[in-house]
Amino acid sequence: MRIILVDGKGRERELEAIEGWRVMEIIRDHGFPIVAECGGACACGTCQVEVDPQWAAKLHEPRGDELDMLDQNYGGEWSRLSCQLIMTPELDGLRVRLADVAIRKAA
Amino acid sequence: MTQEAISTDVVIIGAGPCGLFAVFELGLLDMKCHLVDILDKPGGQCAELYPEKPIYDIPALPVVSGHELTERLMEQAAPFSPEYHYNEMVEELEKLEDGRFRVKTDGGLVFEAKVVVIAAGGGSFQPKKPPIPGIDAYEGQSVFYSVKRMENFRNKKVLISGGGDSALDWTINLQPVAQSMQLIHRRDGFRAAPDSVNKMHALVEEGKMQFHLGQITALHGDNGQLTGVTAKGNDGSDYEIECDTLLPFFGLTMKLGPIANWGLNLHENLIPVDTGKFQSSEPGIFAIGDINTYPGKLKLILSGFHEAALMAQAAFKYANPDAKVTFQYTTSSTSLQKKLGVA
Ligand SMILES: Cc1cc2nc3c(=O)[nH]c(=O)nc-3n(C[C@H](O)[C@H](O)[C@H](O)COP(=O)(O)OP(=O)(O)OC[C@H]3O[C@@H](n4cnc5c(N)ncnc54)[C@H](O)[C@@H]3O)c2cc1C
Ligand code: FES
Repeated sequence: MRIILVDGKGRERELEAIEGWRVMEIIRDHGFPIVAECGGACACGTCQVEVDPQWAAKLHEPRGDELDMLDQNYGGEWSRLSCQLIMTPELDGLRVRLADVAIRKAA
Repeated sequence: MTQEAISTDVVIIGAGPCGLFAVFELGLLDMKCHLVDILDKPGGQCAELYPEKPIYDIPALPVVSGHELTERLMEQAAPFSPEYHYNEMVEELEKLEDGRFRVKTDGGLVFEAKVVVIAAGGGSFQPKKPPIPGIDAYEGQSVFYSVKRMENFRNKKVLISGGGDSALDWTINLQPVAQSMQLIHRRDGFRAAPDSVNKMHALVEEGKMQFHLGQITALHGDNGQLTGVTAKGNDGSDYEIECDTLLPFFGLTMKLGPIANWGLNLHENLIPVDTGKFQSSEPGIFAIGDINTYPGKLKLILSGFHEAALMAQAAFKYANPDAKVTFQYTTSSTSLQKKLGVA
């Protein structure tokens, strides 16, 4: 199982994914500088990704608190919080792009 | 604006859970505390980021919400009559010749304290800026992240962006003074009190304001004065909105802020401390909670509580080098119970 991550510079990487893990955790544990400040509590919005439109329909609808966080972080039509997306076999090959707010900048 | 300095034992910077519990531990040692926070309420992250979410790892409280934990900490600190100063950002911290510390806020408050406790968590809460190109050039002149005086918006063509309580409350409150009022939000749902949402819809129906679906993508104007914005609708099409004032309300985020300028050693935006006193590189300035770092540090509330207890002992000894501290339990010490108002 894998996901395809597009980073801030437009580069694509294939990341090994594990069923039941959050997409945020997969990105983070591969060592990408994702902010994900609240650690997946759906309370910061800094794990935002843009989902490839072809994949969007395969995802569950965002819940209220995810929508709230997307509101606060200038989400667009295809934006989701990667900490709210759990890997399942149906999502094998999922393509996401890291949003600007999710990319950790050097201090 | 200069004001007379408030003289006290301790100034605590940050009224999050760790700052609040420090009041209790310092209070048992007769040290009087003033707390300063940029937020308009106590509780730090627990109050601002997750008031309704359950916390499961506070010892002896199997489940407690961020809001309830804050209330209980306030109750526990109350016997020591701490003084709270909200909506104030600590900007300056300097050591005086007599060994005390002077603390200054952006609102003009000045404190002189024997010790300072930095319990600033992830830093001070500040408004999130929307990622619209060139917005900096308008800030302070025609783009504002808060409303200090409603009068400043009289006869303005105001555009508010956002879908939370602040966005809706200010839409409703400023509508009568503004020349025109428009609200833009990326979806037709809001995370605000239903009553405010209904009021906003009613104003739209009465023709007193406009609501747009979409997201601002560009600002137009000259020399910091806004004349309008371009927005992208959910169908992907662009449209223009005329306005001379923009108020973006996208919640708050934590930024280290002025702490970086106080001459303390920092490591990746955290204050390194020792684990016996939780003291910074400057004797008399202590750091507890999420803002500090040491080998094995965990950013947990329970760790911050432990840090507060040890810090209080060290702070007392720093402020009273000749006094003897006797270790006492609250269960059995009459003198501690008197301080708590229960004996
Ligand atoms: C979604 C979420 C869930 C969490 N869940 C848990 C959990 O289950 N268990 C747990 O133990 N921890 C949890 N945490 C972490 C916990 O909230 C923090 O460890 C805790 O809030 C730290 O407390 P603090 O007092 O150090 O700082 P904070 O709570 O960050 O408070 C610091 C305060 O200082 C103020 N401040 C900073 N600088 C200045 C300045 N210059 N002037 C004025 N004011 C200033 C800030 O505005 C803020 O109010 C969670 C955090 C989040 C975001
Ligand atoms: S990690 Fe904070 S919302 Fe996803």
